[in-house]
Amino acid sequence: MNTLRAQTRHEVSTTLRNSEQLLLTLIIPVMLLVFFSLVDVLPTGTKDPVDFLAPGILALAVMSSAMVSLGIGTGFERTYKVLKRLGATPLGRGRLVAAKIIAVIAVELVQFAVLIPVAYALGWRPSSPNWLGALGGVIVGTIAFAGIGLSLAGRLRGEINLAAQNGLYLVLLLLGGMVIPFTKLPGPISAVAKALPSGALADVLRETLAHGGVRPGTSWAILIAWAVVAPAAATRLFRWE
Amino acid sequence: MLHVPTAAADPVVVEDLVVRYGDLVAVDRVSFTAAAGAVTAVLGPNGAGKTSTIEVCEGYRTATSGRVSVLGLDPHRDQAKLSQRMGVMLQEGGVSPSARASDVVRLYCDLYGKGVVPADLLESVGLTDRARTAYRRLSGGEKQRLSLALALAARPDVAFLDEPTSGVDITGRQAIRGIIRALAAEGCAVVLATHELDEAEKLADRVVIFDHGRLVADGSLDDLRRGHDEIRFRSSVDLDREELGAALGHHVRAVFGEPGSYVIDGDASLVAPLTAWLADHGAPVTDLRAGQQRLEDVFLRLTGGTAADGTS
Repeated sequence: MNTLRAQTRHEVSTTLRNSEQLLLTLIIPVMLLVFFSLVDVLPTGTKDPVDFLAPGILALAVMSSAMVSLGIGTGFERTYKVLKRLGATPLGRGRLVAAKIIAVIAVELVQFAVLIPVAYALGWRPSSPNWLGALGGVIVGTIAFAGIGLSLAGRLRGEINLAAQNGLYLVLLLLGGMVIPFTKLPGPISAVAKALPSGALADVLRETLAHGGVRPGTSWAILIAWAVVAPAAATRLFRWE
Repeated sequence: MLHVPTAAADPVVVEDLVVRYGDLVAVDRVSFTAAAGAVTAVLGPNGAGKTSTIEVCEGYRTATSGRVSVLGLDPHRDQAKLSQRMGVMLQEGGVSPSARASDVVRLYCDLYGKGVVPADLLESVGLTDRARTAYRRLSGGEKQRLSLALALAARPDVAFLDEPTSGVDITGRQAIRGIIRALAAEGCAVVLATHELDEAEKLADRVVIFDHGRLVADGSLDDLRRGHDEIRFRSSVDLDREELGAALGHHVRAVFGEPGSYVIDGDASLVAPLTAWLADHGAPVTDLRAGQQRLEDVFLRLTGGTAADGTS
């Protein structure tokens, strides 16, 4: 068997068996989507909250698997010298990173397979969704978030990395236009929030799914910029042991 | 210091290796080789430069200067090529705490692709009944055996094992030694780093002793013990050591804390003149023993530890 396949299978099965990570990647997004769709307390500005929430929660799902789950897992692997030991096998760093990316995509597929039907069940009816555009957003977003997660994981110690990833997740969740509209944030904070990858991805998904367009707007530019800068930072910051 | 000439054909050749971390010289012009089919122990106190040396051989670190060749390759530059034939056991860790033994073994069998069957490998390190156990729930000895299994998955021609028996109980140690001996018997060049003399004495065909980054001895156990003969005996407390020493032409030391016990560095040929001198001077003699120093004594003397038994 080739090494990439072996490592990918190991990564996917490890991730899907890890209950803490499943809580983060699947259970929390589903709970947020269901709860705030049924309990209309968020100032979503749409007639039905699910119309605002569904694209936002999909963006949250990407952030939780590509940044937090990947970042925490990789950070602990670094601490426990798993990466160091793999460095002395024929796997190679390129294929290790590739295996991790494939594992993230696999988790995202599971997330979407659950979240999209749940959103439909809650009454989400995007008028003219541009799924291809949304997929593009998810790919660019995945690259951006993976870069951020690995930048932290590659430098911080295990427990500190864990805290940083979770803290960042919470901050981006609140500021990211995922469940709270930018318009409800105070002016200066709103401006910062829009420049974050979380806000950009949520905006891109909302635009492509709700309005069917790939508005070549600021959000795309911001998201693409993060997808360039964050992996470059990760490459520079990452320490294998 | 005993010196064995380096053979270009040896799987591991270290020549004039220097490893520096900033101002700290961790390894200072060290040269040694390790042969195929033999266990070479790199022995020394903690911080002597063993791990730094091993990590250069594994390709994890670069040498500040000097030359290291493993299976004819430059370990750092050719690590991808070397990794296919090299078994590695880190000093600790290397496996996720939550990973199951069987999953990790399967992964490494697949990564090396040498046709090692995971179940057979688990069996050979005695972990068959722990296959479904998470790494963090394994005992110290089981963790080390799992880590050893990952090195064996490579069917290695060269293996670097860093403290393979640390934190392992007596039964576990015997199991690990058995596996390492079997590996060497298959022709693998096994290099093991240890700070435990007992391990080196029980396992190694060849011992390389490090101290403060320098190589202080290199040879077989017999080589290292040879030339370190000694005679121990008990006699009267007020023995005139000066006069006896002058008569024998060897310094006579008193063993600290054991009045009436003495040590002479010298071989059995001194026994006759010693007993004759003692008889002439009416001094009693008991517990007379001539023989080689224990490796522990050799080691402590070479590494500048307190002289054996605190003799003065």
